[in-house]
Amino acid sequence: MARLDVKIKDLCLKNPVMTASGTFGYGLEFQDFVPLDGIGGIIVKGTTLKPRQGNDYPRMAETPQGMLNCVGLQNKGVDYFAEHIYPQLKDIDTNWIVNVSGSSPEDYAECAARIDVLEKVPAIELNISCPNVHDGGMAFGVTCAGAESVVKAVRERYHKTLIVKLSPNVTDITEIARAVEAAGADSVSLINTLMGTAIDIEKRRRVLSIGTGGLSGPCVKPVALRMVYQVARAVKIPVIGLGGISSATDAIEFLMAGATAIEIGTANFLDPAVTVKVRDGINEWLDRHGVDSVQDIIGCVE
Amino acid sequence: MKKYILDLTVKSVEQVHERYVLVKLTSKETLPQMLPGQFVEVRVDGSATTFLRRPISIHFVDYQQNELWLLVACIGDGTKAIGALKSGDVLNCVLPLGHGFTIASDKKCLLVGGGVGVAPLLYLGAELKRQGVEPTFLLGARTGKDLLMLDEFRKYGRVMVTTEDGSEGEKGFVTNHSVLEQEQFDFIQTCGPTPMMKAVARVARQKGIDCEASLENLMACGLGACLCCVEKTTEGNLCVCKEGPVFNIKRLLWQD
Repeated sequence: MARLDVKIKDLCLKNPVMTASGTFGYGLEFQDFVPLDGIGGIIVKGTTLKPRQGNDYPRMAETPQGMLNCVGLQNKGVDYFAEHIYPQLKDIDTNWIVNVSGSSPEDYAECAARIDVLEKVPAIELNISCPNVHDGGMAFGVTCAGAESVVKAVRERYHKTLIVKLSPNVTDITEIARAVEAAGADSVSLINTLMGTAIDIEKRRRVLSIGTGGLSGPCVKPVALRMVYQVARAVKIPVIGLGGISSATDAIEFLMAGATAIEIGTANFLDPAVTVKVRDGINEWLDRHGVDSVQDIIGCVE
Repeated sequence: MKKYILDLTVKSVEQVHERYVLVKLTSKETLPQMLPGQFVEVRVDGSATTFLRRPISIHFVDYQQNELWLLVACIGDGTKAIGALKSGDVLNCVLPLGHGFTIASDKKCLLVGGGVGVAPLLYLGAELKRQGVEPTFLLGARTGKDLLMLDEFRKYGRVMVTTEDGSEGEKGFVTNHSVLEQEQFDFIQTCGPTPMMKAVARVARQKGIDCEASLENLMACGLGACLCCVEKTTEGNLCVCKEGPVFNIKRLLWQD
């Protein structure tokens, strides 16, 4: 049994496998399939200061080896999370991480401050990269100045590990990564979904209610892996890799590219037990190659 | 209810219609308990266009034979792949999912189905009969040959049919059937194309009959995690996969 633990600032993960926001609910939806305490970290769905109804149906289109979604951050708001969801999660031994979104830097900061006081939430992931909301979301993540403004505002009010989730819908993701590092982020996670669309040729109109959506699944993996490789070489803070990871092989590729930990997203829909399989697969690979710790392969690729 | 990921073995695939197949699945283990109106998320591998699991409603569970029956309309690449399965093949299923129908064994129940939407009503009717009440099935289709599984339905209750061309039963839509005028029902449960269910809901509201409908919004996860399959309800957007697929029509915003 190799060592699987990794560290992201003060966040200690028992293994590098986390779940991507919006694909694993609040974890509880999956507890018949996986022991939640066997997962390194569970990033719960996008949470905002005020409740949001999200976008209209249809919100999803299947694509070759992937899917588009335009859910639009449907959630009941941070106070509902703290009062009703958090008590159900806090005694389960994993790292509960809340994905935070907002429509202004002040919104993000206030939401983050209300999560700061939750003892069993050791980190947040700032979503400055949601392609499916008009008011904010990706608007902040596609310019260095926008990204900085949110991270600075949150940094003043949030004192634990601050992860910033980056959008791939930019010219140079390394610039944004450097900007959020300079603004005080402890880690960056990438990639969020790639903006796409789909057309219903019988109805002669776009499938999704808002026209566009975020593409995820195995089809985005090579793009995500390339960006993780680039960002890991551009910043000093730890990088969390995600984008189409469905197997231990995929996960190890991201680790070798320079990710300290990985998130599994869309693959949870195909195999609700995929997280622990990926964890076990990483361990088997390390054992088979006589590697003592997963930390020894992080960024090992030239 | 506990959910499972199971590799089930295909016992048989019977072509019951040019577009529909009846798939019988079994397992070495005893199948878990499933409720009428719940569904299965089936993994379909092998094609670039069949990435996500396919949600298929539970047609029947034969606990004596340890069989799960799925009635599948072979329309897209995924469901056609299910139709092409052979006996002995393995089908990976996540089950049982969602909230099913109310078993109203103290009521006079009318179960209204259209097209492949008749599927969950067989198991519902069987459960009602097991609990001591024989339901009335009102099943609609375009033509007589599109009526599915009638002999099975007849085992559990009275079967009335409508066809659009009048080739079998009364001519017209299910909502035109004379039984709705001639008899009083306490409870209507329906599954079929959305326009049909909305018409059935309208009749139920007019007559003041309690009514449940089973929706089939496009889904990804089937577990209430991705929030893709939402329906607007009196409580806001709810996941059809988790809060449904069966809803009391009072919760839906279907008022005309």
